[in-house]
Parts: sequence; C-alpha cells; structure tokens
Amino acid sequence: MSKKTLVVIGNGMVGQNFLEGLAESAAAKEYQVVVFCEEPRVAYDRVHLSSYFSGTSAEELSLVEAGFFDSNGITLHLNDAVVEIDRDNKVIQSEQGTRIAYDKIVMATGSYPFVPPIPGYDRKNCLVYRTIEDLEAISAATQNGRVGTVVGGGLLGLEAAKAIKDSGLETHVVEFAPRLMAVQVDEGGGAMLRSKIEELGVNVHTNKNTQSIDDGEQCFHKMSFADGSALETDVIVFSAGIRPRDQLARESGLDVGQRGGIVINDQCQTSDPDIYAIGECALWGGRIFGLVAPGYHMARTVVDQLAGGDMSFTGADMSTKLKLMGVDVASIGDAHAQSQGALVYTYQNGSDEVYKRIVVSQDKKQLLGAVLVGDASGYSTLLQYCLNGIELPDEPDRLILPARSGESVGLGPDALPMSAQICSCYDVTKGDVCQAIESGCNTLPALKAETSASTGCGGCAALLKSVMDCELEKMGIEINTDLCEHFPYTRQDLYNLVRVGEITSFDELLAKHGKGYGCDICKPAVGSILASCWNDYILKKEHVGLQDTNDTYLANMQKDGTYSVVPRIAGGEITASDLVTLGQIGQKYGLYTKITGGQRIDFFGARLEQLPLIWKDLVEAGFESGHAYGKSVRTVKSCVGSTWCRYGVDDSVGMAIRLENRYKGLRAPHKIKFAVSGCTRECAEAQSKDIGVIATEQGWNLYVCGNGGMRPRHADLFATELDDETLIKYIDRILSLYVRTADRLQRTSVWMENMEGGLDYLKSVVIDDKLGICDELEAQMHHVVDTYQCEWKTTVEDEEKVKRFRFFVNSDQADDNVVFIEERGQIRPAREEERAHIKAVGV
Amino acid sequence: MPEWVDVCSIDDLQENSGVCCLVEGKQIALFYLKHETEQAVFALNNYDPIGKANVLSRGIIGSLSGEPVVASPLYKEHYSLKTGQCLEDESVAVDVYTVRLNNHRVEIQA
Repeated sequence: MSKKTLVVIGNGMVGQNFLEGLAESAAAKEYQVVVFCEEPRVAYDRVHLSSYFSGTSAEELSLVEAGFFDSNGITLHLNDAVVEIDRDNKVIQSEQGTRIAYDKIVMATGSYPFVPPIPGYDRKNCLVYRTIEDLEAISAATQNGRVGTVVGGGLLGLEAAKAIKDSGLETHVVEFAPRLMAVQVDEGGGAMLRSKIEELGVNVHTNKNTQSIDDGEQCFHKMSFADGSALETDVIVFSAGIRPRDQLARESGLDVGQRGGIVINDQCQTSDPDIYAIGECALWGGRIFGLVAPGYHMARTVVDQLAGGDMSFTGADMSTKLKLMGVDVASIGDAHAQSQGALVYTYQNGSDEVYKRIVVSQDKKQLLGAVLVGDASGYSTLLQYCLNGIELPDEPDRLILPARSGESVGLGPDALPMSAQICSCYDVTKGDVCQAIESGCNTLPALKAETSASTGCGGCAALLKSVMDCELEKMGIEINTDLCEHFPYTRQDLYNLVRVGEITSFDELLAKHGKGYGCDICKPAVGSILASCWNDYILKKEHVGLQDTNDTYLANMQKDGTYSVVPRIAGGEITASDLVTLGQIGQKYGLYTKITGGQRIDFFGARLEQLPLIWKDLVEAGFESGHAYGKSVRTVKSCVGSTWCRYGVDDSVGMAIRLENRYKGLRAPHKIKFAVSGCTRECAEAQSKDIGVIATEQGWNLYVCGNGGMRPRHADLFATELDDETLIKYIDRILSLYVRTADRLQRTSVWMENMEGGLDYLKSVVIDDKLGICDELEAQMHHVVDTYQCEWKTTVEDEEKVKRFRFFVNSDQADDNVVFIEERGQIRPAREEERAHIKAVGV
Repeated sequence: MPEWVDVCSIDDLQENSGVCCLVEGKQIALFYLKHETEQAVFALNNYDPIGKANVLSRGIIGSLSGEPVVASPLYKEHYSLKTGQCLEDESVAVDVYTVRLNNHRVEIQA
C-alpha cells in the first residue's frame, strides 16, 4: 500500500509535539510526513526563551532529539515556508520551489508579535520578542544601549523586561492598561505585582498610550505619550500581544475569524476537512489559545483523528502559574469574577508582599477562579478544586489564609476524582497515575518514566508524589527505605543520629540504633557519614573495617586484585619536573600508566605490598592522595583560562586549584566531580559535572548537579555573575546539604531529581536561607576543610598502619596469581588462559 | 587429624576485618569478628571463585540474617564465614578451615 502524504506547515513547539505524537501512533505507518519550517532551526522551547540571556544556548533550548527526523522517516525542509496551497489540485508550493502533492495538511504556523502602528515603530532598535533571532537582535542592540523599554506589560512583556534587565540596562515597561498582566490578574494582584517588580529595579508605567517614537536627546529614541509625558530609551521591544499567522490560510480560501485565526471545529479541521490547524494559529469557538498546553491538546486531537479515533478539542483551561523575575504569579479560571453572582475573598499581606484572591460561586460551593501573587504554592490545590468541581470547605477563605495553627487546608489527593489532570504538559490524569502505580511503578522516577507526568515543566512534582504516596498507602504497600537489615533508618536518618548524638564510631551507632554485625551496605555508608561529620583518619582502628576495599587500602582495586594509584594534580596543572618525578616513580615500580579523564595520571598494577613504598616516594616528592578511591571529591577539571587563552575571561586554572584544595578529602554519599571553564566556550565541560563553574565577563556562573557517565544529566544553572567569595559560599552550602540529605550512593544528579521542589527549592535553601541553616552548613564545611589531612602521608608515617599492607601476615612472598604480560610497551594483567599457561611452564 | 599449624599472633589480625596468611602453599583469609563480648576467628580460602583473584581477605565482613559473612571486594557476592557457601549462587562455595586461638596465637588445620 503506498503511503499518503501529510504536509506539516510549521515546526514550533506545537508542530513538533504533533510530530512526536504521530511517530508513536498507529497512523505513522500510513503517512509519508513532510515538514516545512520557516525558521533556520527546528523546534525550540519558547516558554523558556528568556533563559537564553542567562546562558542557555540555542542548542539547549532545542526540543528535537538528535536524529528524530531521520529515525522516523520524516522529510524536513528547513528555512523554507509554504507559500501556496492549491486546494483544487491538492498541491503545495514552497518558497524555495518545492511542489508536493498532499493528502492531508496540518497547519501549525503559530503567531507573530503584534506591533502597534505607532509612527516610528519601524526605527532601528525597535524590536520584537518571539524567536531566537529576535533575541540575538535584542542582545546586539543592548550591547551599546543604556536604557531599554518594553511596550506591553503582559506575560511575555515582563519576560522581555527580564531579558533586558539581565543585559544590564536601565529597564522600563510601558503598559496601555491600568495594570500589569491585565488579562490574568485583577487590580489588587496587579498592584502587588507592580510593587514587587519595581523593587527589582524595573520602572513600570501604566495607562500610557504611546503616540510617537522620534529621535531622543540623551538616548536613541524618545517615546511620547498621550498624557504629554515622554520617555527616552535606546532600545524598544514590542510585546503587545500576538496575532495568529493565518495569511496562508486566508490566501488559500480557508475560513478565518474576523480578528484573525484559522477557524477550526472540535476535530481541529479547518473549513477544508483535509486541512487541520493547531496551536496559536487556530481559532476555536472564537478564541485563540496562546498557551502551549491547549496547543498540545489540539496536536493530540489531530493525531487521534488521523489514526481513526474520535478525540475532540472542546476548549482548554487557561489557568497559568509562572515565575516572572522571581515573582510567583498564578491565575485560575474566572480571575476577574465575571460570572454571575460570583463572590470574592481577598487576602493581602503587605509585609510579605503576598496577594491572594479567590472567586467562588454564589452558593459558596464551587471555586470559579483565583489570582495569586507572591506565593503561588496553593495553585495545584486551587486548580483541582476549580477544574473538578470539588465542593469547597465551609469557610472557603481558609484556602488562602495562612495556616495559623498548623492545620492543613490542602486538598488531599484522595479527594481528587480519577479524571483530575495531574500533569497538564502531558495530560496525565490521576487515573493514569493510579494505573501505573498498580502495574508496579512504586517510585517517583519509575512513575515519571512510565507516565511522562512531571517531565515537562515539573510544576506538578509535589502533587504527583502525594498521589503516589496516598495510593501506595491505600494498597497497603509499605515502602521500605531502611538502609539494610541492621539499621531501620534511611541514610539521612543515620546522618542525623550521628550528628545529633555525637556518635563517633560504628560500634556505638550499632549498639544504640542497630542490630547484628553490620554488612557491606551499612558499614561503608556509616564510615562515610562519620568521615563527613568528624573527618577522622579513616584507617583508625575503629574505622578501618568499615571501609570498602578501595578506602581500606587507599587505592583502587582492579580485576586481578592489584591496585591503581592516583596522586592529586589539582586543576590538572603540573610542572615539568613533577611530571618527570611521576615518570620515574612509575618506572621504578614497573607500573602501567594512563592519563585519566580528570586530568591526572593513573598508575596501574601496584601490588598491595607496594602501595606504601610507592606512596612514600610520592609523599617525599610532595604529592598528596588524589582520593580516587573514595566516595569523595575527585578532581576539578579546568581549561587553561585567561592566563594563556585568547578567549578566556577569567583564571579558570587558579579557581580550579583553589576549589580542589578546598574540597579535597571531603567524603560524601558518592563521588563528586568539578570543572571550571574560563569562558562560555566551556572547554572544561563544566555542565556535565556535579559542580560546574563558568567564567563570564561579570563573574562566575555556577552550575549544579550535572553528570556524565551512564545517565548523563545536563547541570542546572544555579546562580550567575558571582564573585569568588560568594561562589565558594554557595558551593560550601550545596555540598554540605548534599552530604546531609542524599541517599547512599546517590549522585548529585539523582539527588536533585528526587528533591521536592527541585532547583527552586535548592536555591531557596542555599541562596535565601529559607530553612535558616546556612550558617550550620558553612560551619560543617569549614570543619572538614580545617581538619584535612593527606591520608597517605599519615599512613606512611605510621609503621603499624604500614603493616596492614602486607599481603601475607606470615610470609614475605607475593601473590603468585598476579601475572603481567607486556602489551604496547607496558604491563597488563594476564588473561585467565595466559595465566594458566605461564604458571604451568613456570616462567 | 591434620596437625595444628601456628600461623601468627592475634595482634596480626584486624578487628572486624580480614588479613591473609600462607599455609602450606595455600592462601587463607583470616577474619576476626569482635562485638562487645563475642569474638570469633574464621578461616576461608582467599581465592574468589567468581572474580578469579586472591582477594577475599580484603572484603567487608558482617552478618546477613544472623549468618556471619564476607562480601567479595570485587563483585560483592557474600560467602558464609562458617561454611564458605556463596549466598548468591548455590553452586559456588570456597573452602573453610578449622582455626583456633591458642595463647594469643592463631592456629589452623589446613
């Protein structure tokens, strides 16, 4: 059967979501898909566009996985727009001259920014905020400007203002309406929002009707307003709303709305049943839906239609929750209390700058809408009340009043109907979640992987967890988080017991809180906790039996029972003479030598009894333990930085050495890797590390919780433009918190993923000191830094400790099972058959 | 009855950990379990039959459901200190030896 041809016009967020949905659908087999994308790049995340200014690259914003088009057999025409749809002959014509016969078309042409026709609107440095190219233009314009102004105080306008503010310009927002975000929030909320945004240094001008833009005196432009006032500015960004891109539909004779938008029915079909329209270009029920979630819903509807299903699109909830310049804002349903008989409750707290308003039905049973500014933590609960028609409690204002006596007014997950939507990004209902839990997804990561819930914006993570906990409890499943059979506690519990009870040995902890003898799970975990808390020498008599073999012998055991040895080379910087010394030591003991990924040198093939001899030589030559054997800070990788590099903006090597020397020896739930890059070219690959630092002209950008290896994770941007002291202060706090709260063998990446509230929560604890523990966290790190010792130096200086490295307690012989073969000029362990042969002939 | 062979002093052992000795060409791992009032010495062949290296003396010791065990430092299988049986694989076991403390000395029947 020959395939039908489906032409998709537009590859924005909704267009791409459609393609992904189609690829997984049964309809994929029936269609040859051809995509036209007018922009020079494939779909990217426009919701998080402003992060481009805080360092996120265009590649990172991309929504398309590498190889997506190829592996799904989709033909992509990049940089090419469809200019004509010949509906009579069912052929489309592209700008670059491609003509294709189609069976079906999906139009996902999106929208364009509306620029009010003010005289002077087309002057130089009058820009819009929509695409990456727009951002590049804004970025270029702000380089030489001092003042930037955004026309439009809506959601996107405030995003644009943030971008201008981040570029270091004096920032103004000019709004025609009497308040900011007039669509989503009421007067009271708008006033609170304004005061918070002004506090951040953005000048807000409301009730301003711009009449003209001319040459300025101090700045490039002068904006004149209807009330006679004026504003001088160098850059103007228009963000006065969006308009659907319906020109092609118009020219093709499809029905469009009076004020624009391609008219669609409940199946998302246009007036031509073979042509669908989805996303912001589509007009349903006289409305344009300028959010991504309804667009995705339309995309799913069309996929279902193509597969022969009967899904329909019947409008969408336009509730939103977002963070604008660090200010939480949320709007639900009928925020303006326009429903008949609606009653309003308002809570305003001027000192904490919180504004909350709920709109309820006349009988006080149903929640109709809400506005939250300054604290949007109640959003999920309120949204569930509103969307599911759940009956309100007797005094509805309790939902927005602060809990005075610790009572909880939150909506228990049990009260939600099965149809309640938990994740709006991926349309996952409570029913879907419950089904996944029944099929065995008992952990948050498993549940996310199975349902995709909470993998989009992540806003529903807390709700998802509470649904999971509630369901598991109902099913009688007890989640055993005990570390092992000897301790009925989690690692975090044990950490607290050790710290609070000032417990200094495993035996003491076992006697007080455990049973049995311990095992290879709890012993190293407790050994690590004791080391993190008290930083004792780990080979002290009472600790030595706790350590994994690598820690016991301060080296890394290899497959044949020999060890590898890694001296510390802080920041990867080493003198030629130290390099010669290392070479001589390697030669002396006949070791295999390799350069590691962490910019140091690894010696292999050291026999147990050779370790103290090798280290005596290393310590004498001034080397220290590299802690390659520990669950501890490993290396701080660096690029050469501003000292030598033409592009470097700061001394990355110097900072790397400083960081490595500060945190060396810190024991943690798992190993910790750092990197420092001297500029945003990022040669040190800092964004794949637990702690990544990148120099900018304005200071250090700090990235956290990245990972390479088996499960790569891109690090999150934690803070920007830091000076040296603040950088170190934040790292102290983050690492201390990680040591305190992570599970056994949990890398920072997984720690972050499992943290309720995620990155924002970590920021609130570390930057805003929400829990009031920052002093403690710093003190904890200072203790570790102050009590550092080189474990190898301590060991080689103590004859009793050196005895522990004898292979046999009663003989000086060596292990005859360790046999080496030469390969490429160095030794390697003999394979089993080689070893048998060599032993037999007695070589 | 094989003879008791004097191996080393009790001071050569490591509390709640292992050491290795050489007895008649055999590598034998000695584990010294000591908790409050209990103490016991166990002797196992040092060769890890799964990792194929002489490493068992360098494993962590402890107990699983009351059974004293050592965990191989290579791939973490557990072996009973009493019987040498591998807890993860029924078909695998290591040799065990009779061991005793005699006047501060460790003696073995190998």
